[in-house]
Amino acid sequence: MTLLDLTASPRSASVTAGPSWDSQPLRYLDEHGAPVEGGLRPSAEILDPATLLRGYRALRFARAFDTEATNLVMQGRLAVYPSCRGQEACEVAAVQALRVEDWLLPTYRDSAALVLRGIPAVDALTLLRGTWHCGYDPKAWRTMPQCTPLATQGPHAVGLGLAAKLAGDPVVALCLFGDGSTSEGDFHEALNSAAVYQAPVVFLVQNNQYAISVPLDKQTHAAALADKAVGYGMPGVRVDGNDLIALGTVLDAAVRRAREGGGPTLVEAVTYRMQAHTNADDAARYRRSDEVDQWRRRDPIERLATYLTALGTLDAAVEGEIEEECAAYTARMREQFAEEPGYHPDEMFEHVYATPTPRLLEQRELVRAELGDATDAPGTGTEQSR
Amino acid sequence: MTATTAELPAANAPAKPATVTLAKAVNTALADAMAADERVVVFGEDVGALGGVFRVTDGLTARFGENRCFDTPLAEASILGTAIGMAVYGYRPVVEMQFDAFAYPALEQVVSHLAKMRNRTRGAVGAPVVVRIPYGGGIGGVEHHSDSSETYFAHTPGLHVLTPATVADAYSMLRQAIDSPDPVIFFEPKRLYWSKAALELPVSTGPIGTAAVRREGRDATLVCYGQSVPVCLAAAEQAAREGVELEVLDLRSLVPLDEEAIVRSVGHTRRAIVVHEAAGFAGFGAELAARIAEKCFYQLEAPVARVTGLDIPYPPPKYEHWYLPDADRVLDAVDRALAA
Ligand SMILES: Cc1ncc(C[n+]2csc(CCOP(=O)(O)OP(=O)(O)O)c2C)c(N)n1
Ligand SMILES: [Mg+2]
Repeated sequence: MTLLDLTASPRSASVTAGPSWDSQPLRYLDEHGAPVEGGLRPSAEILDPATLLRGYRALRFARAFDTEATNLVMQGRLAVYPSCRGQEACEVAAVQALRVEDWLLPTYRDSAALVLRGIPAVDALTLLRGTWHCGYDPKAWRTMPQCTPLATQGPHAVGLGLAAKLAGDPVVALCLFGDGSTSEGDFHEALNSAAVYQAPVVFLVQNNQYAISVPLDKQTHAAALADKAVGYGMPGVRVDGNDLIALGTVLDAAVRRAREGGGPTLVEAVTYRMQAHTNADDAARYRRSDEVDQWRRRDPIERLATYLTALGTLDAAVEGEIEEECAAYTARMREQFAEEPGYHPDEMFEHVYATPTPRLLEQRELVRAELGDATDAPGTGTEQSR
Repeated sequence: MTATTAELPAANAPAKPATVTLAKAVNTALADAMAADERVVVFGEDVGALGGVFRVTDGLTARFGENRCFDTPLAEASILGTAIGMAVYGYRPVVEMQFDAFAYPALEQVVSHLAKMRNRTRGAVGAPVVVRIPYGGGIGGVEHHSDSSETYFAHTPGLHVLTPATVADAYSMLRQAIDSPDPVIFFEPKRLYWSKAALELPVSTGPIGTAAVRREGRDATLVCYGQSVPVCLAAAEQAAREGVELEVLDLRSLVPLDEEAIVRSVGHTRRAIVVHEAAGFAGFGAELAARIAEKCFYQLEAPVARVTGLDIPYPPPKYEHWYLPDADRVLDAVDRALAA
């Protein structure tokens, strides 16, 4: 197979034979970091060592951020944290496929994508810290607030894409989903509508095999989630979600296709959630540790490291530099989260409407009166969980 | 026959304002808003070539093109979600839900996203979307075509909930809704779509969040909105023949609620009857009755009464006349209030 060809409409599936997908997702590197024979043929741009090193740095950075956030939640600094450990290649590839003017639609699992876009960690983790807002200006970062009601971000991506198309702007929306979310009605409605409008949207499903405790085979009877694209009349691609080079190749093609007016694409990235659903979950109740061990050997970061080391692009010195960068970043995170910011109940009333209704002003007075002279309002609890 | 000079219109006399239906007033408001601001886009089910099942979007695609008024797939959550995305991008979407009960699939988008976008982004991003919903019964509709679903939305912080009852309000309030920086659920009383009145443009009937006294009276206040407004006016007309003067207060806006106007009216009539078509239990009238009790308790001469639809699924055409609050049911409540 040469460069991924998304211009051909959905690969045909014969009615009798069922889905046309091979069980093997598209790959460039095998599990040991060696190029797969007969695998994807990425562009020279993607295979450029400087590009690959940038990707590797981003992977390491995402892992460091995720590890620190996991520490912070265990220290009670965050209310809850859904880790993306094991899925970093998806986070990095999604962000790297976009230009600054493109839109990213993240879920609760995609905090790493937020910081990769450039949002300061302390802002990116505002919501998970337990406050009432997303912590950053979505328009400034072209990044929607992290979405928790499953799949409901899908139609927003369609709206952003359609808006760009109607305005004549070469802007793409990339929407992240989990595998479980593909069972939701909004997932279906979003993909169907995007295809009808030929909106410039890329739907990236991170198939990490679980929706909290429920494995994929209880979520769908389809052989592959990417197969669903056929029914919407858009290309569907199944790719190894732990192979940054393959992901970059597929997402670049899908984003380019969208930008050039070719319409939406569904990408299924096959990956694995290495941690429990969140810190509040106990994964031992529903999956075996040997399954987790098996996926540990497919780690996206080690895989690229092996390849880059073999190329001579990565050596101990570069590793050392990256290590230092990450350590400095996480040290800053720790400092920033050591202090709780002030919380004041007045804030709760400020942005419900552009101008507070008389009713809200009345209730604000009520809460103020309850507080009396106490200037320090009680902090928001950290006991809430999703 | 020769016309006398007196009968001839003077060359420069202002044209008499056209008499139009409420549906046409909504249509004109949409067209004027689209002409005034190219960010305004209209979409929904059958709103294009057909002009909507009630013809409210008639002619918009022909005049403004497919990019400004277009048909969507049958997917209400997607319609709402698409509108949210477009609003974030900078558009001013006005979407149509074909009937009251068919807005329910979109409820999650409305409650979890539309209503919360401004708050979730600490004011950085609003969601200026108008959701038009034809609502209410009395048109002989089969099941799922006659719901009064306003309370679901009024209960959701972050939304404005409006419902006009007059031709002028239909025009003026929709223009204001489209200009609003916040999302507006715009309930159109579908039984009044064919009611007619002169519409002189431009018209502005008072800001969002203000009620209107439709008839002054001193003996009791009928607090109402939407399709119940003409019912209350008919009741007041009948009562007047018996020497009872009822004040009719048309709320126009459920959120924000014009509590001042309610307090002013009830403070002076000392009796309040709250009227709406939706089921009474935990309905919007319960909120009104509670507010009146809280704010006017010492002026009240009688308990606040509620005249509402029954607490049953909205009934089919052969039964709906027993369900709908009519002037007689309103007057029975007035009698009880006056006897108290
Ligand atoms: C509409 C809705 N239903 C249920 C939940 C509760 N919930 C949160 S995450 C989750 C699992 C989602 O799984 P998946 O889509 O695979 O994403 P992942 O968490 O694996 O990234 C569930 C059920 C929710 N957030 N939204
Ligand atoms: Mg999952």
